[in-house]
Amino acid sequence: MERRNFLQYSGLAAGALVVTPWGKTYADWNGSLTAIPSADKKQLADTALGAARSRGATYADVRIGRYLNQFINARETKIQGVANTESFGVGVRVIANGTWGFASTNDVTADGVARAAEQAVAIAKANAKVQSDPVLLAPQQGFGEVQWQTPIEKSAFEVSIAEKADLLKAVGEAAAAGGAGFINSGLFLVNEQKYFASTDGSYIDQDIHRTWPNFNVTVVDKASGKFDTRQSLSAPVGMGWEYLSGRPAGKIQGPAVQTYGQFYDMVEDARLAAEQATAKVSAKSVEAGKWDLVLDPSHIWLTIHESVGHPLELDRVLGYEANYAGTSFATLDKWESKSFKYGSDQVNFVADKTQPGSLGAVGYDDEGVKTREWDLVRNGVLVNYQAIRDQVHILGQNASHGCCYADNWSSVQFQRMPNVSLEPGSAPLTPDEMIAGVEKGIYIVGNGSYSIDQQRYNFQFGGQLFYEIRDGKIVGMLRDVAYQSNTQEFWNAVSAICDRRDYRLNGSFFDGKGQPPQISSVSHGAATTRVDGVNVINTARRI
Amino acid sequence: MSQMTEAEARALLTKALAFSQTDSCEINISGNVSGNIRYARNTVSTAGVGEDVTLVVQANIGKRSGVATANEFTDEALERTVRRAEELAQLAPENPEFMDVLGPQEYTTTQAWVDQTAAITPDDRAEVAAASIRPAKAQNCVAAGFYNDTAGWQAMANTKGLFAYHRQTRVNFSVTMRTEDGTGSGYVARDYNDVAKFDSGAVSSIAVEKAVASREARAIEPGKYTVILEPEAFVDLLQPLGFSLNARNADEGRSALSKPGGGTKLGEKMFDEQVSIYSDPSHPEVPTSPWAGDGQPQRRTQWVENGVVKNLAYSRYWAEKTGHEPVTFPANMIMAGGTGSVEDLIRDTARGVLVTRLWYIRFVDPQTLLLTGLTRDGTFFIENGRIKHAIKNFRFNESPIIMLNNVDALGTPTRVRGNLIPPIRARDFTFSSLSDAV
Repeated sequence: MERRNFLQYSGLAAGALVVTPWGKTYADWNGSLTAIPSADKKQLADTALGAARSRGATYADVRIGRYLNQFINARETKIQGVANTESFGVGVRVIANGTWGFASTNDVTADGVARAAEQAVAIAKANAKVQSDPVLLAPQQGFGEVQWQTPIEKSAFEVSIAEKADLLKAVGEAAAAGGAGFINSGLFLVNEQKYFASTDGSYIDQDIHRTWPNFNVTVVDKASGKFDTRQSLSAPVGMGWEYLSGRPAGKIQGPAVQTYGQFYDMVEDARLAAEQATAKVSAKSVEAGKWDLVLDPSHIWLTIHESVGHPLELDRVLGYEANYAGTSFATLDKWESKSFKYGSDQVNFVADKTQPGSLGAVGYDDEGVKTREWDLVRNGVLVNYQAIRDQVHILGQNASHGCCYADNWSSVQFQRMPNVSLEPGSAPLTPDEMIAGVEKGIYIVGNGSYSIDQQRYNFQFGGQLFYEIRDGKIVGMLRDVAYQSNTQEFWNAVSAICDRRDYRLNGSFFDGKGQPPQISSVSHGAATTRVDGVNVINTARRI
Repeated sequence: MSQMTEAEARALLTKALAFSQTDSCEINISGNVSGNIRYARNTVSTAGVGEDVTLVVQANIGKRSGVATANEFTDEALERTVRRAEELAQLAPENPEFMDVLGPQEYTTTQAWVDQTAAITPDDRAEVAAASIRPAKAQNCVAAGFYNDTAGWQAMANTKGLFAYHRQTRVNFSVTMRTEDGTGSGYVARDYNDVAKFDSGAVSSIAVEKAVASREARAIEPGKYTVILEPEAFVDLLQPLGFSLNARNADEGRSALSKPGGGTKLGEKMFDEQVSIYSDPSHPEVPTSPWAGDGQPQRRTQWVENGVVKNLAYSRYWAEKTGHEPVTFPANMIMAGGTGSVEDLIRDTARGVLVTRLWYIRFVDPQTLLLTGLTRDGTFFIENGRIKHAIKNFRFNESPIIMLNNVDALGTPTRVRGNLIPPIRARDFTFSSLSDAV
């Protein structure tokens, strides 16, 4: 970020702050928001790499990171918090005696990074005593000095606080106008400025932006004591402020409700949410049993995330996550058979770190691998996993997939889920046409409650909005809906997928994995999908 | 820099507050040194050490406020962060719910720091991993574990004269043992302020025993069963209840503690009379910070007594608006229990299910606190006072409110993730489907 941008980010007119109160640090980049010259970062990185080598490291990489976040949150029309956070430091990862070691520090000086490199080597050597198999890295070419930036029209950090506060106030007013008693809303804005260097000869400077507007509306019926909620139908995106433009091109008139694609109209969605939450309170309670499900992209992304994205992480499959996230049913023997039917013939899952506007898009991953796209499931058959440099050899492959990530300079990088998307159907099909063919079904919009076992067999998902389909028509709203299934059974019950016109990205801003836990952001694309004969339960209880 | 004494923290905060030019200013600072080792497939996977400091400045102008953070404590950084918070405060709209910073407060003392824990070395961590892997290998199991130690401190001060300081050490350990054929899995977790209480080899052996015993699991029909939940499983159902003790949500009619027609269930009997829960930051077994992030004292608070809801958490704003005293959210959860072990509870069970761990718990319906999730790492069928055999894992759909009305018996509380929780035997716990996961 340029100094000029920070002035706008803090909302001050540039001219008003020619002389900074902290003028002394203006020229000294350490810890300030002034862009750090690449030459300075390269010098620091070389210091760390040299220190690691001189202590016996056979490989080293260094990540100098500045992580900027802005959070604004509101309750009804009241802005309750405005916070800017900044974290700046360096992480050094090494291989010594065939073992990984990692150390990080917020002391971003030549001495500080050298000390971290020495600590990392000391840790690697201590752990080598209990290491059984030496680390085997897939070869990686160095790229020299390169740069990458999220393609954005307008950085959200350049938009004034006043404009953001006005937006959330308007959202609060719209919810009230729609009949909601309560609304909590927020804007999460992220900028990762990451510099990566390794002993392979890469010096990679990246500037990454992510944006997530969201809210939750609550409607209370005081007399009956019943209440219900509806969350925003926004997606977290790898975009700038333009996502919030509400441009008509982003509006999708679905079979029962309006949803959003490339652009989002937060005020409009708040009003619609209030009306829909009101209708939900008195909606018909679902009858438990087998139903055909028609799942909007704003819903099915989470089912993809949990039952396809996670089980195909190779480190999980191998047992590296056994103590936290779990292992996987999608074991290597199933992949080796080349015939394991993950889904029906029309089910194709593709991994990528490149889709424009997605949360996963970067130029290079956090171990210096250029990003790309690859197949996970093709024609329903399991064909590959997600793997990084130190594990891809287990698949007999000699290049990392480029999906290594660390959520901070202080975190060690490891395999994280790339975007994992369901390919749209090849035959022309709209959601309306899909619903016309359903005799007894439920159309589900938005993601709700979610839970899946540690090997990713048994899952249960809720949603935001549920509509009953009878004889090809939507006949009314339902409530208390959740479906339970098994991953392989569910994806093999997919009978139709809408075409590319209906394909949209949704995703998670806060996917958790690892110990200590790290978050990452990941998108999942899909078109509306039909799944037949799924077990639906009724979640209403009396207390 | 990463460790700071009370006197050093006070001096730093005094210096930082001197930069303030707004109506009021509050600054929180913290730092920690932390190390960890992670192992899987009976070998070390990653390990690291890190240190960091955090500076959080809240500047207030009238009812406007702004927050800025940084992770360094140089004079320039202090002034710069104060200025950034002030800039944000100028730009922020007025918050009608703004509460000004507190004046000086009295805090209880808690003994949460242990020197020996702060002195853990990389070799110590490697030995913890080695001692955990040894019993795994001896029983043809595969260990995946994580050991993390932290020595940290936090302090805050504001322009009204409040000052608070706290420091604590902690080790967190967990390990999953899986049999080599993948048909059995066991888990243990421990956390302590004092590392001397921790024995990696001994607790890892418990996980190995569970893994071996959980092999050859048989499927039994989902449905309602009497369950015994070990504290590790029970705490996962109690914590969502703790989060829901929010007076404002209850008053607003959007909580399981709201009453139809208005009002809350404060003062009402909601649970079996064996249920008593309090929080206490100075409890010697589970010490934690005696103050909350906004400087309010964390006091011993009775939440539920003999089944009756005795307190809800009131923010300062909501307390003032409704004429209550402010009550902070629970600093920890301490639940009264009996004197028996899990084995004692099993001995008195004619037919039931022993659950050692729960997994992926999510709210399904906030109206009833209905939760879903699964059993994991050792689930067993009990008949006539004995464990008969391992069973396949279940998905459950159950509300802790319903479960705490069906209490049969409670055992001796033990420390779980900073809380003191007994094992419980409860009737009619709802399992809704089977899972193939091991």
